[in-house]
Amino acid sequence: MKPAPFQYHDPRTVDEVVSLLGRLGGDAKILAGGQSLVPLMNFRLARPRHLVDINKVSSLEHIREEDHHLVIGALARQRMIEFSELVHRKNPLLIEACQQIGHPAIRNRGTVCGSLAHADPAAEWPALALVMDASLVLQGPEGQRRVPASDFFVSYFTTCLDPRELVVEVHVPDLPPGAGSCFLEVSRRHGDFALVGAAVWLTVDPSGICADCGIALAGVAACAVRARAAEQRLKGERLTDSLFAEVARGIPDELDPTSDLHASADYRRIVAAEIVRRALGIARQRIGKI
Amino acid sequence: MDERKICLKVNGKQYEEMAETRMTLVDFLREKLGLTGTHIGCEHGVCGACTVLLNGTAVRSCLMFAVQADQAEIATVESLAVGGELHPLQKSFWEHHALQCGFCTPGFLMTACAFLRENHAPSEEEIRLAMSGNLCRCTGYENIIKAIAAASRVMQHQGMHMSDRLYPISGK
Repeated sequence: MKPAPFQYHDPRTVDEVVSLLGRLGGDAKILAGGQSLVPLMNFRLARPRHLVDINKVSSLEHIREEDHHLVIGALARQRMIEFSELVHRKNPLLIEACQQIGHPAIRNRGTVCGSLAHADPAAEWPALALVMDASLVLQGPEGQRRVPASDFFVSYFTTCLDPRELVVEVHVPDLPPGAGSCFLEVSRRHGDFALVGAAVWLTVDPSGICADCGIALAGVAACAVRARAAEQRLKGERLTDSLFAEVARGIPDELDPTSDLHASADYRRIVAAEIVRRALGIARQRIGKI
Repeated sequence: MDERKICLKVNGKQYEEMAETRMTLVDFLREKLGLTGTHIGCEHGVCGACTVLLNGTAVRSCLMFAVQADQAEIATVESLAVGGELHPLQKSFWEHHALQCGFCTPGFLMTACAFLRENHAPSEEEIRLAMSGNLCRCTGYENIIKAIAAASRVMQHQGMHMSDRLYPISGK
């Protein structure tokens, strides 16, 4: 038997989940898609004494439209996003990113909110949540609270989520009308964790001047990061190749990557600059196309 | 010991077995049901050898607990050949020498099943992408890609849809 023993719970409602978490606290882990937690349990790197499986909480399966937002429930799986007509229409950036997560068999199980709660700095969803100014709805014994993505992520695999809280859903603002967007990542093999990933979107006013934009990167620090200086440099400017090249050159200064087996910190900086430059170019081509 | 009774349908047949809640689905299939066609490779979701269909969609059976498959319909590689006759996909693997040691083959077959059900006439590029989550340590990828491409053509020619020969036909 690979995982250490645990007590299994399969509640049917959010209230039941929250009351279990309230009782079990830090001894319990939530099981949603299991595509990150179960490998950790099979290695016995994670040995939760209680497993709270939310897969039977059918009220959490939603991908819903709310005024200028998508509301993605805790059981919405990556493949549901990938094939959602609604998401395709309102935020194609999310779909482009989802297609780069693992492989179909992983995306059939893995969930959006699970990826956010897991907070792997190289994962796609934390960068998406940051670049879209998403907010997470957390529910615990004391009720619900709504936390902006920028406050949710604390460090490597660490969030502000209390052990007694569940990520119930995430609210993702739609891309602004006419925005062009792009998600690019570089990994050793398709489906591997990204060495570096970049999520960008751009809007222009009628005279072709950048009205607003977002740039976020994955894999380059303890959490996904917004490249704020780069965003400021783009706003109010004409979106030329030379401006994109200049912005890209400044990207490494905004990052704090580490070296590991897969890539050195310096290599990650160089790749980050280059994929931001490329993603901006692709996003620009897509302006006005959705 | 935390145990549950697990009732599920595998390859169209109903089973009911007790299992520890920490038992993965792949261990359950192999050890409790004796269905050893599904192979265990890496046990952390990287190699794809344990891929089965859960209510019609491909999943890693090492990343699920058997208790989570309670009331589900599972299809394993044992469902492909019917009455001793190989499935066109299996036949194509044979004809194209798409297996060497054969360890990864069940995972490749089930991943290809799910893929061909979604895409009846895939390009080579699409096949490569769809199969990229399965590892073959013999590195016989070229022939695997050829076999899947050929199988899709044969099945189209015969007017045979993947669902015709695959449990379960329903499921999302």
